[in-house]
Amino acid sequence: MLRIGSGAGFSGDRIEPAVLLAERGGLDYLVLECLAERTIALAQKRKRHNPDEGYDPLLVRRMTRLLPVLKEKRFRIITNMGAANPIAAADRIIEIARELKCPIKVAAVTGDEVTDQIDLEAKVVETGRPIRTYAPIISANAYMGADALLPALESGADIIVTGRAADPSLFLAPMIYHYRWDVDDMDRIAQGTVVGHLLECAGQISGGYFADPGVKDVPDLADLGFPYADIDEDGRATIAKLEGTGGLITLATVKEQLLYEVTDPMAYHTPDVIVDFSSVRLREVAPNRIEVYGARGRSKPPMLKVSIGYQAGFLGEAEISYAGSNALGRAELAGEIIRKRLQDEIGEVRIDCIGSTSTHRKSFNPLLVPYEVRMRAAAMAATPEMAARIGEEVEALYTNGPAGGGGVRKSVNEVIGIVSSMIPRRNVTARVTIRELIM
Amino acid sequence: MTKKLYEIAHCRAGDKGDTLILSLFPYDERDFSLLCEKVTAEKVKHHMQGIVRGEVIRYLLPNVAALQFVCREALLGGVTTSLALDTHGKSLSYALLEMEIDT
Repeated sequence: MLRIGSGAGFSGDRIEPAVLLAERGGLDYLVLECLAERTIALAQKRKRHNPDEGYDPLLVRRMTRLLPVLKEKRFRIITNMGAANPIAAADRIIEIARELKCPIKVAAVTGDEVTDQIDLEAKVVETGRPIRTYAPIISANAYMGADALLPALESGADIIVTGRAADPSLFLAPMIYHYRWDVDDMDRIAQGTVVGHLLECAGQISGGYFADPGVKDVPDLADLGFPYADIDEDGRATIAKLEGTGGLITLATVKEQLLYEVTDPMAYHTPDVIVDFSSVRLREVAPNRIEVYGARGRSKPPMLKVSIGYQAGFLGEAEISYAGSNALGRAELAGEIIRKRLQDEIGEVRIDCIGSTSTHRKSFNPLLVPYEVRMRAAAMAATPEMAARIGEEVEALYTNGPAGGGGVRKSVNEVIGIVSSMIPRRNVTARVTIRELIM
Repeated sequence: MTKKLYEIAHCRAGDKGDTLILSLFPYDERDFSLLCEKVTAEKVKHHMQGIVRGEVIRYLLPNVAALQFVCREALLGGVTTSLALDTHGKSLSYALLEMEIDT
């Protein structure tokens, strides 16, 4: 049996659950998925400032906690924390290992960066417009598949650090390597991909993003246990978590994660396979243990998805609170004032009444009247100075706006837009760079 | 008699670009056929008006008793450039669960 743990579901995820899995999980592999679409473009910008930068901001903290356990427990780590600079990440891991006096071998997988190879006339998937209309482009990264990770696994490295790879592929690669699966055995590859898809968001299958008090209760979310899977040579797997940790794994939590972010359940595309989820079977084998099997796969897609980050301007935001009788009326008045003040300078300003309609843009239950309302104004601008105008105008509501406004907060943030395109598989070549610390 | 979906089903929201994905599951798998009958793509499109501007495609997965709604043009351009507070539309699972059906 092969055991793979999931130690992070996004860049800023909790650190301790991964350490706990590493210490007590009896893992063969620990996978840390830390790369959202925008994260890599932000990392690319850091790398331009400093060529030794551009890896995940939490790399040092995560590795400092995990390296001592890794040597004692003899599992291997696979992570996309390399972001825009996997080789710099490998170098940094070696530095940490040196400080901890911990001999280690790290393999950096590169080749996903295709900024110089993309055809600017190619169409963007979301809009059909050519890529060149999204200038200035910051980064373009192809989603690599499990095959890109296999040479790194063959190298015997303790840690494999990649840039952009499809999330399920990070989990599928060790299954292919361990069981020597044929990469054209589409049903096994599909089954492994489903297991990877279930694990890639870490706590989201073990009770996170699920609880609703009194309806869907989840114990001890403050100490949520992260999941692992025991996978057999056919890809049949059991999803579980450590005894004594918070959260729960039930048919309901697994179903929610199975379909999470899936735009076509009959044809889920990854670089490795197209998966049909309609044949997947789930079975509760014991409390907090769900078996998954039956996925069917067909052909490997000839094209790989490319994620393109571009400079989309600056987001100016500001908020102010109103409370008590007619709080909503005063908040709406504040919003009207802001619109009028900024319409010529900025154009479209979004006004939200937080506590009333901000999350759904309307109320599905108009009888509810809030005691307090927070008015939020947001707009996109070409420069940080223009974006700051939103905050200036909201702050001016103190002395120029409705009665009883308080608690203004304002911010300006650079916005990186993401669109996607496709690139022929043959244009993307994975490479492995080894760094080793021998003591 | 009418019921809110919230009373008999749970839902998770996900996003891909400007597409909102709503996965709907009955607590009791015997209610799956009721949901298939009542919660059509058209009903969801109507219920989510003002939020979903594009088409709604429904997939049925009897193997896990689930309905998947793929809603295009639903996230104000998508998570990276939307002006919304909840740019991912993660809270929209609870908008769907407010829907009422006749039972």
